[in-house]
Amino acid sequence: MSEILRFATAGSVDDGKSTLIGRLLYDSKSIFEDQLESVGKASEKRGMEMDLSLVTDGLRAEREQGITIDVAYRYFATPKRKFIIADTPGHTQYTRNMVTGASTADVALILIDARNGVIEQSRRHSFIASLLRIPHIVVCVNKMDLVDYSEETFNEVRDEFRDFAMRLDVPDLSFIPVSALVGDNVVDKSENMPWFDGPSLLSHLETLHTASDRNMVDVRFPVQYVIRPMSEEHHDYRGYAGSVAGGVMKPGDDVVVLPSGFESKIKSIDTFEGPVDEAFPPMAVTVRLEDEIDISRGDMICRPNNQPVVSQDIDAMICWMDETQTLSSRKKYAIKHTTRAGRVMIKDINYRLDINTLHRDEEATEIALNEIGRISFRSTLPLFVDEYRRNRETGSFVLIDETTNSTVAAGMILGETAG
Amino acid sequence: MSYELSHLRELEAESIHIMREVAAEFENPALMFSGGKDSIVMLRLAEKAFAPAKIPYPVLHVDTGHNFKEVIDFRDRRTAEVGAKLIVAKVQDTIDAGTVTEETGARASRNRLQTTTLLEAIEEHRFDALFGGARRDEEKSRAKERVYSFRDDFGQWDPKGQRPELWNLYNGRIKMGEHIRVFPISNWTELDIWQYIAADEVEIPSIYFAHQRRVFERDGMLLAENDFVERMEGEEVFEEQVRYRTVGDITITGAVESDADTIEKIIEEVSATRQTERGATRADDRVSEAAMEDRKKEGYF
Repeated sequence: MSEILRFATAGSVDDGKSTLIGRLLYDSKSIFEDQLESVGKASEKRGMEMDLSLVTDGLRAEREQGITIDVAYRYFATPKRKFIIADTPGHTQYTRNMVTGASTADVALILIDARNGVIEQSRRHSFIASLLRIPHIVVCVNKMDLVDYSEETFNEVRDEFRDFAMRLDVPDLSFIPVSALVGDNVVDKSENMPWFDGPSLLSHLETLHTASDRNMVDVRFPVQYVIRPMSEEHHDYRGYAGSVAGGVMKPGDDVVVLPSGFESKIKSIDTFEGPVDEAFPPMAVTVRLEDEIDISRGDMICRPNNQPVVSQDIDAMICWMDETQTLSSRKKYAIKHTTRAGRVMIKDINYRLDINTLHRDEEATEIALNEIGRISFRSTLPLFVDEYRRNRETGSFVLIDETTNSTVAAGMILGETAG
Repeated sequence: MSYELSHLRELEAESIHIMREVAAEFENPALMFSGGKDSIVMLRLAEKAFAPAKIPYPVLHVDTGHNFKEVIDFRDRRTAEVGAKLIVAKVQDTIDAGTVTEETGARASRNRLQTTTLLEAIEEHRFDALFGGARRDEEKSRAKERVYSFRDDFGQWDPKGQRPELWNLYNGRIKMGEHIRVFPISNWTELDIWQYIAADEVEIPSIYFAHQRRVFERDGMLLAENDFVERMEGEEVFEEQVRYRTVGDITITGAVESDADTIEKIIEEVSATRQTERGATRADDRVSEAAMEDRKKEGYF
């Protein structure tokens, strides 16, 4: 079982998301006294008793306006696991933050107010979680204390959500009735809901099996940096440093280097501690090859019989993240894909997706802030890509505006443009 | 065969990835080193990232002049060991040049002045990326900061205008005069740092371990008796067994009472502690609810 679990939370202030996180930290004893004291003082200022949601509000602007404006990262650990929470705001205008938090998450935690059932926002969050291929979705049906801990209400919400999720691609979906405010089923099993035979949220997160989520089949090693000490001792040393993006690599393996197509064998896989017998994601290692081949940053090492798609014409889903401009055909951007950097031109907007209804608007001519759509682009350099659903690392990219240097889009590759 | 890394090795891999990315994409990076445990771990990670080659960037220390001697000795020895070039930017030089004015009185501190010295060093050496050892678990505003944190011409951080950061794709594009602060150990917690120091047998300055020291109490913190702080009335010096949880400017860094004289005991202590390290030992973060946020906007680490 992986020792680190990264989860993204989504929900608006009203769903009690911050309260839930505050509760997880508080009940697992991960909040420190001085933090609690400052939360206590801040709560007092607002004339409230201990407001656990204030634990997660960081910036002055947020405290003043009572909102969460950006992705915040929280950490806590239990004897079983270390948790990294990407806490993202739930308002419509902050879809980009949720996409950001979701990009590295193993689990999406979605909060639903038991009184309101599945609302537009829950659909939007679930869709983003599935678009970003978060392998596990945990739906917390919150505020059960306000619906008399009714099993019937919980079942209604669950069935409604399941109906919606059927249309999405969600490998693992689970439901837990909770009250973040009171603490039911957050860390400890609730005595108020004997009808629920599942685990508490924390114990579910502690035991969630994530080992099969990484791609251990297709060897992908994007060369990040070439190490050439040029010292007396290591005169001829030439190693290719990088992080394994897929598959398991071993010394002696036949490999091919893209884009050159030259073949060689892995001579050794080095680390500071010495050579290792194998390397797998997400290890950061240095690979040496038997033959002297000209290799530089942005090249990719893989197996001759299992290569990514090499293409300049790519189809992808994108989320637009820039408020100062929209995406439209013919525009040019810088792209960052694995360790490769180049330029792309947008060829076509296939459709813009309404993430509430999943309706595809094929007439759309632009994609604006927080909108999601499918595009085709042409790259100046060939890219070595996999479908995003097969490999999150070789299937993802960002677009950068070359004038403002802003990151304007997050992209998930579908494949080579047909025809 | 299970293909799983321990949490420390996963964090290590992420940090090494970031350090290599910076080496590949920037012209002139530097690694900020304070002698504190976080920057020591960072230096260790840099050593690992480029082995068997040397670390391809210099080490920068912004020196307030108010140091623990043990830490400066350690700094000099450790940078020499890894073969890194050490650049020391002195707050005293900034004061002598008249760019900043030294605070006076019993509560005078050079903490805030460091920002000017740092920004001048960045300009002088034309650094385009600076590694910092900040962790997101340390403090509220840091929880919201990117791994690649963009700074404008004036070194300022704009919390609301941060670039989205996705997957492990970092946007390091800047214009002349701008730079990026890079935080490769963002996702580590204090406990992770200590566990790593134990697992890797990383050497740290002696003041992290319990020792006898002459201290006085101020604002509930134990400050070391030193040449740079005037004591106020009623602040009596006494001897206590203490250790430091953070290492910074001697005038504002508090010690905690402790008998943890080994790494194992420190880990035990950190696991059981109910105070954040900054809350317990840093006067600079106690000023207001948003103390760190304000200083960061000005260009602080």
